[in-house]
Amino acid sequence: MIRFDNVSKRYPGGFDALRGLSLHVPAGQLTFLTGHSGAGKSTLLKLVSLIERPTSGNILIDGQNLNRVTRRQIPFVRRKVGIIFQNHQLLFDRTVFDNVALPLIIAGHDHREIGRRVRAALDKVGLLKHERAYPHPLSGGEQQRVGIARAVVNRPPLLLADEPTGNLDPELSREIMQLFEQFNQVGVTVLIATHDIDLISRMNHPILILKAGRLQAAGYARGAAP
Amino acid sequence: MIGRRSRKRGAAVRRPAPPPRNRKPRGGWRWPAWPQLRWPRLASPRVYAARHLQVLLESLGRLTHQPAASLMTAAVIGIALALPSGLLTLLDNLQRLSLSWEGTASISVFLNQELEAEAGQALAGELRGWPEIDEVRYISRAEALAEFREHSGFGEVLDALETNPLPSVLVVEPVKSDLTPAGAESLLQRLQALEGAELAQLDLQWVQRFAALMEIGRRGVLVVGALLGLAVLLIVGNTIRLDIQNRREEIEVTKLIGGTDAFIRRPFLYTGFWYGVGGALLAWLLVQLAFLLLRGPVARLAGLYDSSFLLQPLGFVDSLNLLLAGALLGWLGSGLAVGRHLREIEPS
Ligand SMILES: Nc1ncnc2c1ncn2[C@@H]1O[C@H](COP(=O)(O)OP(=O)(O)OP(=O)(O)O)[C@@H](O)[C@H]1O
Ligand SMILES: [Mg+2]
Repeated sequence: MIRFDNVSKRYPGGFDALRGLSLHVPAGQLTFLTGHSGAGKSTLLKLVSLIERPTSGNILIDGQNLNRVTRRQIPFVRRKVGIIFQNHQLLFDRTVFDNVALPLIIAGHDHREIGRRVRAALDKVGLLKHERAYPHPLSGGEQQRVGIARAVVNRPPLLLADEPTGNLDPELSREIMQLFEQFNQVGVTVLIATHDIDLISRMNHPILILKAGRLQAAGYARGAAP
Repeated sequence: MIGRRSRKRGAAVRRPAPPPRNRKPRGGWRWPAWPQLRWPRLASPRVYAARHLQVLLESLGRLTHQPAASLMTAAVIGIALALPSGLLTLLDNLQRLSLSWEGTASISVFLNQELEAEAGQALAGELRGWPEIDEVRYISRAEALAEFREHSGFGEVLDALETNPLPSVLVVEPVKSDLTPAGAESLLQRLQALEGAELAQLDLQWVQRFAALMEIGRRGVLVVGALLGLAVLLIVGNTIRLDIQNRREEIEVTKLIGGTDAFIRRPFLYTGFWYGVGGALLAWLLVQLAFLLLRGPVARLAGLYDSSFLLQPLGFVDSLNLLLAGALLGWLGSGLAVGRHLREIEPS
């Protein structure tokens, strides 16, 4: 699903966030991405979602080389990717329903279809009762789940999440991870960048470990069955 | 399935995650087969039109959330549009006035050089009998020479000539009720065809001068109008620029979830459109109000000149044009701002 081929990323300041990184995230898998702070996890996800472009190397999603994607084509690639990033959260001047509906409106679905799908997605994350609420009064975990509903509402084949459990307590974190597992079970490829080694080492999914912009290790947690 | 977590928790961790493609609906919610859409997907025309209508109304609604600020912008645009359209309407009125004067212009009939003075007088007498002629004045060759000498300043040139080069003239004043340009034209032709008439000429000199002045006025209004139109573009552009900055977050999020430039541009274009339309409506009100105020005094003045001239406000077509111009300027101004600033906003 995602293939990095000798990818380097140097930021304008001259810092090399990724150095000749090659890796493969197979389709239909839930894969964790971890590593020390500054290892390049967010950078990797930004490259996949075309927020940043690589300095060198090739990135393929679903066989499509992102280097060949022009500015005009970017929106159409992004529609295939559900993105859950912390600094691109909800729009606080609209209801939960309208937030989740946005990808469907962009894609040009009709009114009834939008209603059906938004409710299915909200139901899936357990927030159907809050559809008319504004995001502000919701708890951090609930806002996070609204973001997840928005990312999955148009059923993208690929989900990216950058520290989705960042400031949640262990119980909520586990719930969120279970949610991702459920999406994965219906065939979605999921890539989650996280620091929460504790949590992921108890889950049975492949883990990629970055170190200073390179792939340090790939495999399953010691405690989990391969 | 957050609600069921307590039952599943233990099992979820150990399962090797078989991916069943078709998940059965459980407990009321449906999650159809995944993935099932083809991308990119184009909206149907009906959905597309509905979407446009929705954005049109949404952007109007957004403007009404801050009525004072929106009204201020519309008022500035309104004043900028009212000035040229008011002036143009005034020029149109002057043009109508000059058309009605054109009919009252006198006609000079230059007589044949050979025609004797008595014959000229007789011709004048005959013409006085025509129903469409009010008054005829005979100017003999000698009188014409004296007049010319007095007004032209070419006296010495004339002295050098042995004979009087000027013909005698009949100055014909048409009856006022035959004021139509066509009537004046047919009278002119008949006078031209008279025995003994060399040339019949409408005395249009002052009308022509007036027309020349009008042309200058029109050009001036065009220049002012172009400048004010530019001002409207800048006003709308700047307002939309601020609007874009305020909605930066929204734009970033929309881009990140696959909104095309056209999609993101749309609400701003419609906002500009509404500013233009609002400005045009205010301009229309201002012009009509001004003309309503002027109408009475102008009619009174015209009455003093024995004329039934009435000041006409903006007509239907002109009003429509004003509205169109406003909408177009608003759209364009916003388009300029959006084109310049939307590219700068990217998710990071
Ligand atoms: N826009 C940028 N300009 C310059 N340097 C950047 C930029 N974004 C990230 N970096 C640098 O690149 C390196 C990798 O950043 P990245 O955000 O990918 O790390 P990370 O693995 O996500 O770290 P964390 O776990 O703290 O989120 C960091 O040292 C960071 O300072
Ligand atoms: Mg990061």
